[in-house]
Amino acid sequence: MPNLLEIQNLHVTVEDKEILRGLTLTVPAGEAHAVMGPNGSGKSTLAHVLAGRPGYEVTKGDIRFRGKNLLEMAPEVRAREGVFLGLQYPVEIPGVSNMYFLKAALNALRTHRGEQELDAVEFLKIAREKATLLEIDENLLQRGVNVGFSGGEKKRNEIFQMALLDPTLAVLDETDSGLDIDALKVVANGINALRSPERAILMITHYQRLLEYIVPDKVHVLSDGQIVETGGKELALELEKTGYATFEKKRAPDVAASAPAQSA
Amino acid sequence: MTQIGSAYIERYPEWQNGLPGRNLAWLSELRADAFARFAERGFPTRKTEAWKYTNLAPLAKDVFAPQTAASGKMPATVPAHIPDLGTAHRIVFVNGRAESDGSTHNALPKGVRLMTLGEALKEAPDLIADHLATDNKPEEPAFLDMNTALMTEGAVLTIEPGVELEAPVHLFFLTTDAAARSAMHLRNLIMAGKGSAATVFESYLGTGKAEYWTNVVTEIRVEEKARLHHHKLQSEGEAAYHIAMTLTKIEDHATYDSFAMSLGGSLARNEIRALLDGSGIDCRLNGINLARQRPHLDTTTTIDHAKPGSTCNETYKSVVGDHAETVFQGKIIVRPDAQKTAAHQLNRNLLLSDEAQANTKPELRIHADDVQCSHGATVSELDEQALFYLRSRGLSENAARSLLTEAFVTEMLDDIENISIREALRHAMADWLAGLSGTGGQA
Amino acid sequence: MLSTFEKLGIPLKEQEALAGVAVDAVFDSISVATTYKEKLAEVGVIFCPMSEAVANHPELVKKYLGSVVPYSDNFFATLNSAVFSDGSFVYVPEGVRCPMELSTYFRINAAKTGQFERTLIVAEKGSYVSYLEGCTAPMRDENQLHAAVVELVAMDDAEIKYSTVQNWYPGDKDGKGGIYNFVTKRGACRGRNSKISWTQVETGSAITWKYPSCILQGDNSVGEFYSVATTSNHQQADTGTKMIHIGKNTRSTIISKGISAGQSQNTYRGLVKILGGAANARNYTQCDSLLLGDRCGAHTVPYIESRNRTAHVEHEATTSKISEDQLFYCNQRGLSQEDAVSTSARKSSRNCRSSLPLRPRN
Repeated sequence: MPNLLEIQNLHVTVEDKEILRGLTLTVPAGEAHAVMGPNGSGKSTLAHVLAGRPGYEVTKGDIRFRGKNLLEMAPEVRAREGVFLGLQYPVEIPGVSNMYFLKAALNALRTHRGEQELDAVEFLKIAREKATLLEIDENLLQRGVNVGFSGGEKKRNEIFQMALLDPTLAVLDETDSGLDIDALKVVANGINALRSPERAILMITHYQRLLEYIVPDKVHVLSDGQIVETGGKELALELEKTGYATFEKKRAPDVAASAPAQSA
Repeated sequence: MTQIGSAYIERYPEWQNGLPGRNLAWLSELRADAFARFAERGFPTRKTEAWKYTNLAPLAKDVFAPQTAASGKMPATVPAHIPDLGTAHRIVFVNGRAESDGSTHNALPKGVRLMTLGEALKEAPDLIADHLATDNKPEEPAFLDMNTALMTEGAVLTIEPGVELEAPVHLFFLTTDAAARSAMHLRNLIMAGKGSAATVFESYLGTGKAEYWTNVVTEIRVEEKARLHHHKLQSEGEAAYHIAMTLTKIEDHATYDSFAMSLGGSLARNEIRALLDGSGIDCRLNGINLARQRPHLDTTTTIDHAKPGSTCNETYKSVVGDHAETVFQGKIIVRPDAQKTAAHQLNRNLLLSDEAQANTKPELRIHADDVQCSHGATVSELDEQALFYLRSRGLSENAARSLLTEAFVTEMLDDIENISIREALRHAMADWLAGLSGTGGQA
Repeated sequence: MLSTFEKLGIPLKEQEALAGVAVDAVFDSISVATTYKEKLAEVGVIFCPMSEAVANHPELVKKYLGSVVPYSDNFFATLNSAVFSDGSFVYVPEGVRCPMELSTYFRINAAKTGQFERTLIVAEKGSYVSYLEGCTAPMRDENQLHAAVVELVAMDDAEIKYSTVQNWYPGDKDGKGGIYNFVTKRGACRGRNSKISWTQVETGSAITWKYPSCILQGDNSVGEFYSVATTSNHQQADTGTKMIHIGKNTRSTIISKGISAGQSQNTYRGLVKILGGAANARNYTQCDSLLLGDRCGAHTVPYIESRNRTAHVEHEATTSKISEDQLFYCNQRGLSQEDAVSTSARKSSRNCRSSLPLRPRN
């Protein structure tokens, strides 16, 4: 399988603090990978950098997405090229209805791909289909984006958007946080339904709970801005047992020596 | 006194002759007293706290004579500009003069009267005498006094007790370049009797580029258990001055719901004073200033809780682009007897350009202890997180900006009950947004 | 108040000084001051009465006095500049972290008089100083005037923390007598990354007009204002702050708590001004007022002026009485009504008091 995503020696600074310190990671098409790590290890930074959030400065390194230089692309171009970020804290946008927003987004993507824009009726048909998959109440679609949604509804809405926008690479940042077990199952089912040989999924998570429902092909341990261990799905269980402390010792000595307290 | 005040004083005797209702002694006396008060104080300056953020120098640099010439003919091209309110009862004023051709208020239900001020002074002078210049006065009365002294026209609407008017009443004021360099001193009176219900839409539209001055005072009385929805669109010409004052007195268990959208003129002030003179009142004041290019738009409100147990909710927003400047001053007064008052106010300002400026002064004056009062104010650009969120879903930066700007405004319109008014305002807003430089409008 | 100072180990031996103005208790007792002086001198910190500074450090006084508050600033500042008798002078040299809290204690004794002290604190590059001012006055039937001027200057990376416990005589329960407290306090964050923090507990005076302010000139400079103002009987407090954002990335925080009782009037009045060059400036303001009794007043009058698109200004204010739920909860846990009210009031003022170098005892 060709590598869909290739990250080489990535260094990222946020507000003058270096958060990622030489991160290297590859994800082939068709696979689901998990990146796990303690708070402050740089997990969310990785997610945001992939989506191109302003304020995250890449000081060194390279990210290739389907062979193209991802770092040169504006956030919307990345989205149109097929990168999707499921946010840990989806933003509330009062005054913009979910439907309107998603139709604009989907049509921006379709135009980019040289496809015809969907009219309201066609869009509604697709949206309803995907909403059923995620057990999303149709009323939520008419409401402002994430406005008044519960934590679980926001996360389901993220996966609903993913289903609709049909990305090639889905980066899911702490998608399981704040979900009760029933909501987690719905979200996991939604994600599993989207697994395919063309698509890669990168799950960023603190706990292995999510991985019981979405079994990853590989698990990477992120500590202090670097991947310090890569293994199979059993690695997640090992982490659960022993905690992150064992892995923190494994990081490169030069990094360990100079690591200040940080947050991602 | 300012120099300009004296120029008005010199010319007042000459203007008096053209004013309506000269045969009414009480009115002449009222006008004379009001003018004497104005003459004593002159135009307010920025040292007057109520005018701290609005400099009247541009308006005061010259004298605007009252518009008395009978130039009130509807130009052939204009009707397209009139917001279409479907079945609304409409009264039209062109350049400060009543214009019967455009008016469609013949089919009013029983118990509802809609007249011009001129007609009312002839047909029902007692009604006017009872309701004009009541004690609900603003902190700085200069323009009210000038209006009382010089008022020439306006709309008078009375709804008898228990009458529920379904279709909105549209008070439409159109000004063309024919009124260049003159002042329209307009006086509207709205009386909603006990238990009545009505929706009133006031709109001010300028079609030309000339300087003129609209000085309008709208006095409203919402009697016990009446419900009045009052909406306003200010879309004056680009060089116009618009000084408006709405004085509303609300009685027990009545509802007053006001929404004002200001987007025209070079200097505009929309001042609202709501006197909550009863218990169980539900008062809602909302509005938005849309300022681009170079205007100065000022919204000033005072909500005065005089009696216990009433509620007010207030939300005003401003979108400020280019070199524009906006002002919001919102005072909430809770008098010593007004226990169990709930008063909440929010003011949000969105700056779109590096030269734009927003000033805000929310103010709580609380003299009773058993109350729940709050205010909040923000000034900022568009939310970066929201921008990123939209872009991460594939929307271009311009599209995301214009969508968020639109959302900031449309959120306010959702609460307007009357669909045709809501759509008319939405239309005006969309036009405004489309003209906004730098945000593309390609959502 | 006195016990607070006693706890600190500062014997407050009052001096009669300077033309009948009761107290120039500028860090009062000689013996204590001397010990401090030596200790402070070791690190180069100057802490002395203004009169002494004028004599011994004329170049510093000349350079900074009046540079933040010009004599023409307002009526009371002009009055102060014309007649100021004494006050405190603090100079912290580059890189020095002042090893102890500096404190001045003011007291007005004489009847029908005014006090016009002048305080100047200069913190050079990378220095830090925390300063506490305390005031009381004995009960008199006549009014007395306190028209002080306080100027602070913070250079690059310097931090000044200025705390006030103002307990001037407020007059009696009928509003007779008491201090008129008209004070001009202003700090200039001249340097990059400098910080000035005002903390005040205002409980005294018949009338207070006071707006400790920060001029945030240096990029990344920080201004803070924490205030608790309580008024009772016929007191009037009109206090707040001005945060003038000039430099880039300047930040300010305003937390104000007002508690009014009796027939008193308690006003928060504040200005947040963002100038065109203050890119990415941030302000957060929160004002909460509690009313105890139905004859007092609580007023919140913020002014916000922003000329920079990238600045974010946020203001929130609430006014209410103590909630029945809170009272019930306290009652249910065995507190009397009165204790419950004081607990709630204390809770409301906690934010600010925790910024004080020493906690006043309730």
